[in-house]
Amino acid sequence: MYKMQLLVCGGTGCRASASAKIVEKLNESLKAHGLDEDAQVVTTGCFGFCEKGPIVKVIPDNTFYTEVQPEDAEEIVAEHILKGRKVGRLLYENPETQEHVSDSKHMGFYQKQMRIALKNCGVIDPENIDEYIARDGYSALAQVISDLTPQQAIDLLKQSGLRGRGGAGFPTGLKWEITSKFTSDQKYVVCNADEGDPGAFMDRSILEGDPNAVIEAMAICGYCIGANKGLIYIRAEYPLAIRRLRIAIQQARDYGLLGDNILGTDFSFDMELRYGAGAFVCGEETALIASMEGNRGEPRVKPPFPAEDGYLHKPTVVNNVETFANVPVIFLKGPEWFSSIGTEKSKGTKVFALAGKINNVGLIEVPMGITLREIIYEIGGGIKNGKKFKAVQTGGPSGGCLTEKHLDTPIDFDSLVAAGSMMGSGGMIVMDEDDCMVSIAKFYLEFIVEESCGKCTPCRVGNKRMLEILEKICKGKGSMEDLDHLRNFANVIKDTALCGLGQTSPNPVLSTLDNFYDEYLAHVKDKKCYAKKCKDLATYTIIPEVCTGCTVCAKNCPVEAITGERRQPHFINQDKCIRCGVCYTKCKFNAILVQ
Amino acid sequence: METVKLTIDNKHIEVPKGTTILQAAKQAGINIPSLCYMNLPHLDQEHKPGSCRVCLVEIPGKRTLVPACVIKCTEGMEVLTHSMRALNARRTVVELLLSDHPKDCLICPSSGNCELQKLSITMGIREISTVEHAAVSTYRKDASPALLRDMDKCVMCRSCETVCNEIQTVGALSAINRGFMAVVAPAFEQDLTDSPCTFCGQCVAVCPTGALTAVDNTSHVMRALADPNKYVVVQTAPAVRVALGEEFGYQPGTPVTGKMVAALRALGFNKVYDTDFAADLTIMEEGSELLDRITRYLNGDKSVRLPILTSCCPAWVNFFETNYPDMLDVPSTARSPQQMFGSIAKTYMADKLGVKRENMVVVSVMPCIAKKYECQREEFKVDGDPDVDYSLTTRELAHLIKIGNIDFQSLKDEDYDRHMGESTGAAVIFGATGGVIEAAARTAYELFTGKKLEKVDFEELRGLEGIRTATVDFNGTPIHIGIAHTLGNARKLLDGIKQGMYNFHAIEIMACPGGCIGGAGQPLHRGTDVALKARMAALYKEDFNMPIRKSHENSEIIELYEKFLGKPLSEKSHKLLHTHYFSHPKQ
Amino acid sequence: MTKIKSLDELRKRKEQLEHRMEIRDKSDHPESLVQIKVAMATCGIASGARTVMNALVEKIKKEKVPAIVTQTGCMGYCYAEPTVEVKKPGQDPIVFSYVDVKKAEEIIDKYILNNELLDGILPANYQTI
Repeated sequence: MYKMQLLVCGGTGCRASASAKIVEKLNESLKAHGLDEDAQVVTTGCFGFCEKGPIVKVIPDNTFYTEVQPEDAEEIVAEHILKGRKVGRLLYENPETQEHVSDSKHMGFYQKQMRIALKNCGVIDPENIDEYIARDGYSALAQVISDLTPQQAIDLLKQSGLRGRGGAGFPTGLKWEITSKFTSDQKYVVCNADEGDPGAFMDRSILEGDPNAVIEAMAICGYCIGANKGLIYIRAEYPLAIRRLRIAIQQARDYGLLGDNILGTDFSFDMELRYGAGAFVCGEETALIASMEGNRGEPRVKPPFPAEDGYLHKPTVVNNVETFANVPVIFLKGPEWFSSIGTEKSKGTKVFALAGKINNVGLIEVPMGITLREIIYEIGGGIKNGKKFKAVQTGGPSGGCLTEKHLDTPIDFDSLVAAGSMMGSGGMIVMDEDDCMVSIAKFYLEFIVEESCGKCTPCRVGNKRMLEILEKICKGKGSMEDLDHLRNFANVIKDTALCGLGQTSPNPVLSTLDNFYDEYLAHVKDKKCYAKKCKDLATYTIIPEVCTGCTVCAKNCPVEAITGERRQPHFINQDKCIRCGVCYTKCKFNAILVQ
Repeated sequence: METVKLTIDNKHIEVPKGTTILQAAKQAGINIPSLCYMNLPHLDQEHKPGSCRVCLVEIPGKRTLVPACVIKCTEGMEVLTHSMRALNARRTVVELLLSDHPKDCLICPSSGNCELQKLSITMGIREISTVEHAAVSTYRKDASPALLRDMDKCVMCRSCETVCNEIQTVGALSAINRGFMAVVAPAFEQDLTDSPCTFCGQCVAVCPTGALTAVDNTSHVMRALADPNKYVVVQTAPAVRVALGEEFGYQPGTPVTGKMVAALRALGFNKVYDTDFAADLTIMEEGSELLDRITRYLNGDKSVRLPILTSCCPAWVNFFETNYPDMLDVPSTARSPQQMFGSIAKTYMADKLGVKRENMVVVSVMPCIAKKYECQREEFKVDGDPDVDYSLTTRELAHLIKIGNIDFQSLKDEDYDRHMGESTGAAVIFGATGGVIEAAARTAYELFTGKKLEKVDFEELRGLEGIRTATVDFNGTPIHIGIAHTLGNARKLLDGIKQGMYNFHAIEIMACPGGCIGGAGQPLHRGTDVALKARMAALYKEDFNMPIRKSHENSEIIELYEKFLGKPLSEKSHKLLHTHYFSHPKQ
Repeated sequence: MTKIKSLDELRKRKEQLEHRMEIRDKSDHPESLVQIKVAMATCGIASGARTVMNALVEKIKKEKVPAIVTQTGCMGYCYAEPTVEVKKPGQDPIVFSYVDVKKAEEIIDKYILNNELLDGILPANYQTI
């Protein structure tokens, strides 16, 4: 009988920071103090507060230790577990008050969050199905297959208003209903775990922290649409998620929660894993299906949709990990409970991977309708180093950049699209005054050009052409005509690309053209990058009053562009200068002015 | 039939349910331009990846434009094919394609026969709005003995992939790499020569641009013709004579045999012979081999390998060498007519003409690309000297005639030269699927039964069906015959035999759709089978009009056996007219 | 592992397993629970605090008392160890002295469940922050 538990985050991020070693050390210390029967160490999924990882949470007193190192284990055991004294130096410090916050309930990062998809992440041991069952796991499946007809279950899901969390926000219940209507000897339930947005790890965290929720939801889906086979398409780069899914599937099979005649009913369902090689485009459902079939991972024209013509040409539901993770709770707590959360057309919560120039980087789950301001300033703790907020990029590489004026818009699927961005799978990258928006657009386009499958002309060639124009602009060689071409290409690609990824790929360009046109103009007309990010547009001059004539800059200049007598102010010959910035970094007297 | 009503460009039309917008527009007299779309109705293959985005049309209210080649008409649909939005998108897409395409149209092998060029002309594109020095995707050139790949000119329509994988089941080509660097190539970026490619060339036949072309031998031939020390003889394959005219403004299916012979003579060939002669010779050898096997089989010899498979088609030979290395003793050992011709020309004929082998150049005109590879095979060389030096396609011959300043239409018909120029109706039909086996049946019947064949036409062996089976009555002995054209159908037939689904005595296989008349060296007609059917009808008409219609009645063949070979399957025949096969399984 | 063959069996299994998660579930809303703190510094442990804590945990589980037991450091009443602090929701904490197993059970039965006060309450002489 354990009186205390130490929950150690076992997500990929914290494991990379030696959380496995922490577990080992904690166990050693507990044993050394004879406490191993009183306190238990549990490896859990991600707590979301990755900025401050590795995380160790002590319960029942809810103490939240951050940035724990393996060598801190002994102190935690000796002080906290044995003597009941919290280790102050490991507690989270409120950035505003500089006070230690011992209880995660009182941390700004958690206060505005509402955890549905992540409810078990950081709470249960994902490798132990018993802990899932103890938290009502598989009760939803049991109820659905014992008490409801498939249509009744679909109706409940439709009432809940759940929409797909993978990007486009298609109503999940409707998707299941459409698929259920097609008759076929075989149907499939596919979980899309091919999370490819740079910086996004929502799905990984769910699979690592609560794999059974996805398995249970897929089985419910199988019952609803008449499928007995599930497939999880997961990136091979997610070894931990794969391992935990495998364990969970095996444990579910051992309990008879997967397999033939589940819980004594006529319903049978089993599943297997399929590994993706990490192509971004394979997150698109038809490309994902092609990849699972062993073909080149590239999308095809829809219709027909997978609901009619999916994996091996059979009716198939493809839902994203987070979508599935919401399903069991909806059946347990009822569609009314779920639909009471969120906005009129977007119900429930959304998980975001918060990143960029923000204090609290991490994984958050918030109710739909929350404002960007709440996310950035309350949960995210504001902009790093007190800089000024400039933009936030949502929806991954094919989302758009939103500005100050969007900060108070309640965010949901539709409001983000209306603002020129999208929900996407939930990436959220914050930019500050030091970011050049033209460079940002270029960065995302580089990603798209790299990841385009090359099937359709607009995406294969058009995005390359847009990138070339942006490169030209960033070099200070852009013309107003280039801006016209850029906008035309962006609009045409949006209108003509074959798949959703291609159609949304111009979003970073279009949204920055709309919201930061003055920055483009500055690059094109004034040949200036005011964020000083575009190296080719910077001019380096020496402030004669500050220059001591130490000659360090001249010695280091690779092109001998700097001249001047010793102990006399130096001078940069602009015709020779290649804007490498070496003088700026070498000058000890801040005498180099960058404009 | 269920129909749907819709409007396209405000025209009200009614089409059967399931019709695509592209098809419906065509019915309404509206030509929506397209590039990657390819319909091969005779092969039951509609290639519509919807990837080039040229055929995009606007459906008001839809978030994006839609590809007309894929999207099916629905009730009440309103389609605009030339709204400003659709026009701007289409032009931008074509400009994008052009921006990533070499601008060497003037000297491109596909110039004048290029779908991208046609689009640019139709749309009146005069400038391409991109940055200066915009990147053009490049890929190394790949030259095989028969096919050339210049992927810089690829527009990623992927028609070649569909033909290679779906129709031919060869699997030599597929898309590799991503994005701007995406390209169609053999697995592991091998050269075609090292890939499972059979050189059938059907990819060339469907390539809309100059990305896939045939090796061009015209300059070699011109040089040989100009060389006073060379004695240049030419042979023309059966299928060439009913297709060459298309290059000179004749309707498909117009036989131009006499004009072709006249043109070849005008070009300076010392002798103009007929591959049909060699086809008759093939029947003598292959027919005898068939009879020998059947007779032994009927007499209870269980070691006999049946069915016998024809071996005229070089792509088919490559295919079974790669895919069925365990069946190398099944096909007939008879060489193809092209190679029989070369072998006889450089021995029997050279002697007769008093020309030294090293001074004789044998040129073949073939409807085929794989023949270019076949004539380079080591087993068809004597001390490094090939029996057939150069193989030209029908298209190359047309070029040669044009280069020779010959006004083809005004030529008077001429006849082939003696000793290797006579042929029978049986040889002519070699050019169509089922023709070889019909020709063999005519001869084998008489040799087997010792009786005269009254009804020469074996209608049951003709047609365009992919796999055909028939039983021919050899005076009480039923002979089961199978016919397949396209390598995909060949695979189906062979796998069927392996699984015991069929029981045949003889099988004819041709790699190209329709047989040699649909060869990749023929004048190109992408996405229609009209020319194919016309050429086929023309061949059977030629056969019907021939005075002699059985190979063994060809007087020059009789003379050849009397004076030189002895009899079919003799030792000399084996040396000169037969071959063996090599296992080279790839991938 | 034995298979779960029906909805009832799943419910039973959940009930058996629930206690594992109880401690974590309760930690989610500690302010609504009775918080019992056992002083477990050297002096406390030396006086038998560990046995007392075990007894408290067992008893709470048995009686399904909405309470959590945590350990704490020395409260300063070293003379009266083992000491146990009990804080009911919305009330000031009360510290019991000289707690043994028997008294521990009494604390739950009488004070926590029936609001009866017991002997041995120490006067609160400090403010917590």
